[in-house]
Amino acid sequence: MGQQASTKTKKKSVSYARWGYIFIAPFFLVYTIFQLIPLISTFYNSFFENYRVGLSQVGPTFIGFANYIEIFTNNDIPTYAFNTLLIWMMGFIPQILIALLLAAWFTSFRLKLKGLAFFKTVIYMPNLIMAAAFSMLFFALFSDAGPVNMILTSMNIIKEPFRFLTSIGATRSLIASMNFLMWFGNTTILLMAGIMGIDQALFEAAQIDGAKPLQMFMKVTLPLLMPILVYVMITAMIGGIQMFDVPQILTNGDGTPDRTSMTLIMYLNKHLASRNYGMAGAVSVILTIVTVALSVLVYKMLIRQYKPATIKTDKNGNEIKRRLQK
Amino acid sequence: MIKKDVGEGSKTLLTISRVLCYIALIFITVLCLFSFYILIVNSTRAHADIMKGFSFLPGKFFSKNLTALLTDKNIPVVRALGNSLFISSCVALFTTYFSAMTAFGIHVYDFKFKKIAFSFIMLVMMVPTQVSALGFIQLVTKMGMMDSFYPLIFPSVAAPIVFFYMKQYMESVLPHEIVEAARIDGSNEFRTFNTVVLPIIKPALAVQAIFSFVSSWNNYFIPALIINSKAKKTIPILIAQLRSADYMKFDLGKVYIMICVAIVPLLIVFVILSKYIIRGVTLGSVKG
Repeated sequence: MGQQASTKTKKKSVSYARWGYIFIAPFFLVYTIFQLIPLISTFYNSFFENYRVGLSQVGPTFIGFANYIEIFTNNDIPTYAFNTLLIWMMGFIPQILIALLLAAWFTSFRLKLKGLAFFKTVIYMPNLIMAAAFSMLFFALFSDAGPVNMILTSMNIIKEPFRFLTSIGATRSLIASMNFLMWFGNTTILLMAGIMGIDQALFEAAQIDGAKPLQMFMKVTLPLLMPILVYVMITAMIGGIQMFDVPQILTNGDGTPDRTSMTLIMYLNKHLASRNYGMAGAVSVILTIVTVALSVLVYKMLIRQYKPATIKTDKNGNEIKRRLQK
Repeated sequence: MIKKDVGEGSKTLLTISRVLCYIALIFITVLCLFSFYILIVNSTRAHADIMKGFSFLPGKFFSKNLTALLTDKNIPVVRALGNSLFISSCVALFTTYFSAMTAFGIHVYDFKFKKIAFSFIMLVMMVPTQVSALGFIQLVTKMGMMDSFYPLIFPSVAAPIVFFYMKQYMESVLPHEIVEAARIDGSNEFRTFNTVVLPIIKPALAVQAIFSFVSSWNNYFIPALIINSKAKKTIPILIAQLRSADYMKFDLGKVYIMICVAIVPLLIVFVILSKYIIRGVTLGSVKG
C-alpha cells in the first residue's frame, strides 16, 4: 500500500516537471531557430570568402582567418570602433552627470520640488521616439537652409549658414546629443529608483552627524548607488555598441564626413546590404565577443543581487528555527 | 537668537537653490521639447514659407500638407502605418504571452534543467540581434520568408529581457499556493496559466506590451534588411527612404508632416499612459 502511494506521488511530481518543459519549450524552440542557429552560421560564414561583384558571385571558399586579418590590417574596425566609442562617450558622460543631478534633486526631501510628474514625463518622452524619425528631424532642423541656421543668422550670431553635416565635430556632436536626449530621462528614472531604495535612516544619521547636502550625496548616496550606476553604465555601453539608427539616417549610411561618424553596426549593415557575407561574419564575431564580455559582467551583477523566492523562504525558515532553539 | 539666524539663512539659501533647480529644469524641458515644437510648427506651413524663414507661430497648411502626403504614391504612408501597426501589435502579443509562459514554467515547476535554462536566458539577455543578423537573413532566405512579416514577428516569442521582468514580477505577486489551489479545483496547468495567472500579472503584461510595441514600431535595422516591396514597407523604412532621396527636391511641408506621422501617435499614447510607463521602467531593472 505504502509503496503504491509513494509511486503515485512520484508519478505526479514527474508529470508536473513535464509541464515545466512544456511551458518553456516555445521560448527555447524559437530562440534556437531564430537566434542560436543564425549566430552559429554567422560565425561559420566568417571563415569563407563570399561576396558579390556586380552580378557575379565570388565564393564561398574557405579561407580561414583571412577576413579577420583583412579587417584589422586595413584599419576599418579600429577606426569605426573609435568613432563608436567617441560618439558614445560624448553622449554618455553628460547623460550620467545630468541624470545623477536630476535624480538627486527629484528625490531630495530638502528641496521638495513640485511638478515632478510633469518633468519626469518630459525627460522620458524622447526615449520612446523612433530613432529614425528623430534623426530625420535633426537632419531637417540642422540642414544648410534649416530652421536652426535661420534662427542663428536672423539673430546675427553667425553671418553665413553653418554647414553642420560637413563638419566632423558638429556631426559627431549632433549624434551624441540625440543619444543624450533619448537616454538621460531613462537613466534619471533608474537612478531615482536606486536612491529611493536607500535606507532613510542612513540619511538621518548623516544629518545628525552634521553632514552637508553635498557631503551626504558624495559620502552616502553615491557609494550606495554604485551597483546601479555600474549596471546603467554597462547596459549603456552595450547599447552604444549597437548605435545604428541615428547616425545611419543622419548621414544617409555613409558616415560622412569622410567616414568619421561611421559606427560598427553601420559597417556591418553595409556588408550585409552588399551581400559581402564573409566580412559581415567576421565583423559580427568581433562584436559578439565584445558584447558577451560586457554581458558576463551584467549577468554576474544580476545574479549576485537576484534572490529567488525559494531561498528567501528557506532563510526565513532557518531563522525561525534558530530563534526557537534559543 | 543665533540659532534662529542660522535657520533664516538656510531658509533663504534653500529658496535660492530651489529657484535655481526650477530654472535648470525649465531649461531642460525646453531642450527636450524645442525640436518637437519646430516639427509641429513646420508641419503646418507651406514649403515656400518654410524656405523663406523660421516662424514660431504655426501656419494654416496642415491639412494641405497632410493630403499632399497621403496622395503621394511614392510614399505609401497609410499602407506603412497599417503594416507597422499590425507587426507591432503581433509582436506585443507574442512577446508578452510567451515571456509570461516561460517565466511561469521556470517560476512554478521543478525540473532537472531548470537552473541551466534560467542561467542560459540570463546570459543571452544582452546579446543584440544585430550580431546574428547575417545568419538570420540566410535562414530567412532559405525558408522563403524574405520580404514577408513572419521573420519580423515570430522571433519575438523569445525575448529574454521581458522574461526576466515577468519572472521578477511573478516572484513578488504569485505564490505557489495559488497554482496548487487551482490544481485542487481540478484545473489543468494550461488553464491555470491562462485563467488564473494571467489576470494576476496583468500590470506587468500591460507595461511589457507597451514597451515591446514601441520597440517594434521603432525598429529599423532588421526590417530594412528583410522588406523589399513597396507594399510591405514599415514607417521607419519610409523615413529612411525620405532621407536617401534627394532631400532638396522634396516639399519640406511634406517631410515634416511625415516625421509627425511617425512620432506623434506614440507621443499621444505616451502622454496618456506616462504614469504606468515610467513606473514600468524601474520595475524591470536591478534593485539598488
